[in-house]
Amino acid sequence: MNARSETLLWIAQRASAAVLALCVTVHLATIVYAVRGGLSAAEILNRTHGNYGWLAFYALFVAAVSIHAPIGLRTVAAETLGRRGAVLDLLTLVLGVALALWGWRAVLAVFG
Amino acid sequence: MAATLRVSVWRGAAAGRFQEFEVPRRESQTVLDVVTHIQRECDASLAYRYACRVGMCGSCAMTVNGRARWTCRTHVSKVAQDDRLEIAPLANLPVIRDLVTDMSRFFDKWAQAKGQFQGARSRRDDFARVMPDSPQRLAVDAAIECIGCGVCYSSCDVVTWNPDYLGPAALNRAWTLVNDVRDTAGAARLAAVAGDAGCHACHTHMSCTERCPKQITPTAGIAGLKRAAAAAAWRGEL
Amino acid sequence: MKGDFRARNHPAYWAFAVHRVSGLLLAVFLPFHFWVLGQALTGAESLDGFLRWTEQPLVKFAETGLVLLLAAHLTGGLRLLMLEFLAWRGWQQGLIAIAAGLSFAAALAFALNVV
Repeated sequence: MNARSETLLWIAQRASAAVLALCVTVHLATIVYAVRGGLSAAEILNRTHGNYGWLAFYALFVAAVSIHAPIGLRTVAAETLGRRGAVLDLLTLVLGVALALWGWRAVLAVFG
Repeated sequence: MAATLRVSVWRGAAAGRFQEFEVPRRESQTVLDVVTHIQRECDASLAYRYACRVGMCGSCAMTVNGRARWTCRTHVSKVAQDDRLEIAPLANLPVIRDLVTDMSRFFDKWAQAKGQFQGARSRRDDFARVMPDSPQRLAVDAAIECIGCGVCYSSCDVVTWNPDYLGPAALNRAWTLVNDVRDTAGAARLAAVAGDAGCHACHTHMSCTERCPKQITPTAGIAGLKRAAAAAAWRGEL
Repeated sequence: MKGDFRARNHPAYWAFAVHRVSGLLLAVFLPFHFWVLGQALTGAESLDGFLRWTEQPLVKFAETGLVLLLAAHLTGGLRLLMLEFLAWRGWQQGLIAIAAGLSFAAALAFALNVV
């Protein structure tokens, strides 16, 4: 990877971080509110079923984390293993795609 | 104040051991005084470096009780706990012998980061005008006093984890040139300092800033390089 | 030297360590989180079954820990964004304390509401 691509990866990680700052704040507030008096599937699904607002929010959340986490893990892996290269970059991409697909599956699951 | 210090000094190269010496303790003694005493009075085979001994050249930098410092500017009274000292060579650099390291890689990375000024004027042109209170010149002034002692490089964990990482000193120097309005090598320099071996590898540990004997903040300059590289990449200039 | 913390024992270094460890643990948790929510695809009952399992005190304690990790990674990340994108100022050093404070506040809010 060259300096330009690595810089674009850095931009993507920081941009997704900014999006996640908003998403995580909303998510944490929602969780703290939602766990009052116990948590049940019915409660969660009542809130998210057929709700396009939550669908859009969580779809964006999943997209942002699928960009943010793999790029971060790539750095940690490179510094721990002491090497970089095409294999690591490919694994990063694969992880990103896997998280996105799995995450959007979960979002659709609660949307109903 | 006890009469003697117990000093552990690294002997050997990458493989080696700490050797113990007893050194008389004196008023206003510096760690460099201690090392010099050992070499002159105890063991003439001890290898170490110094030059100015007054905090101007940076040659005497070593690891004292785990921290990289200028030994000529480190009073024993400030660092010796229980009258003990541990003196080792600077980290992150190959050890030639005892307390002497090979600084070539450190300076090679300076060159790799395009840490040299490149101008367009000759002696036949008029002087360049640089306003001393402009934001760019203030940024340069805050970082320009670096004398290349290697303390920051030796303190940086990213240098340890990533052998290609240019390091705080080289990047700090590049930052002073990025902000130098006379310099013409801007695009090439940003290309040299961006990426996984450059400014983007900095994780803001700030050990460089903690340890710099000239109170420079390389982390600030590296953050500036991140912004400059991102802007250039966004505009398609990187 | 590996494991020698004499030079590393300063606030910004610990802020990095917290950020890295929290990021790693959250990354490990995430696929599991998606799998659990995906259980809702087969109907509310299977999700409910899992949620009943989480009623145990040990799991609640772990969940509080997760909230703490997420809040710590968020607040630490905001501090990093400020360090990298805003022109350097002295007050940024105090952000570590603020980040730590907010993280514990979030975890406490969760813990108090979940019991």
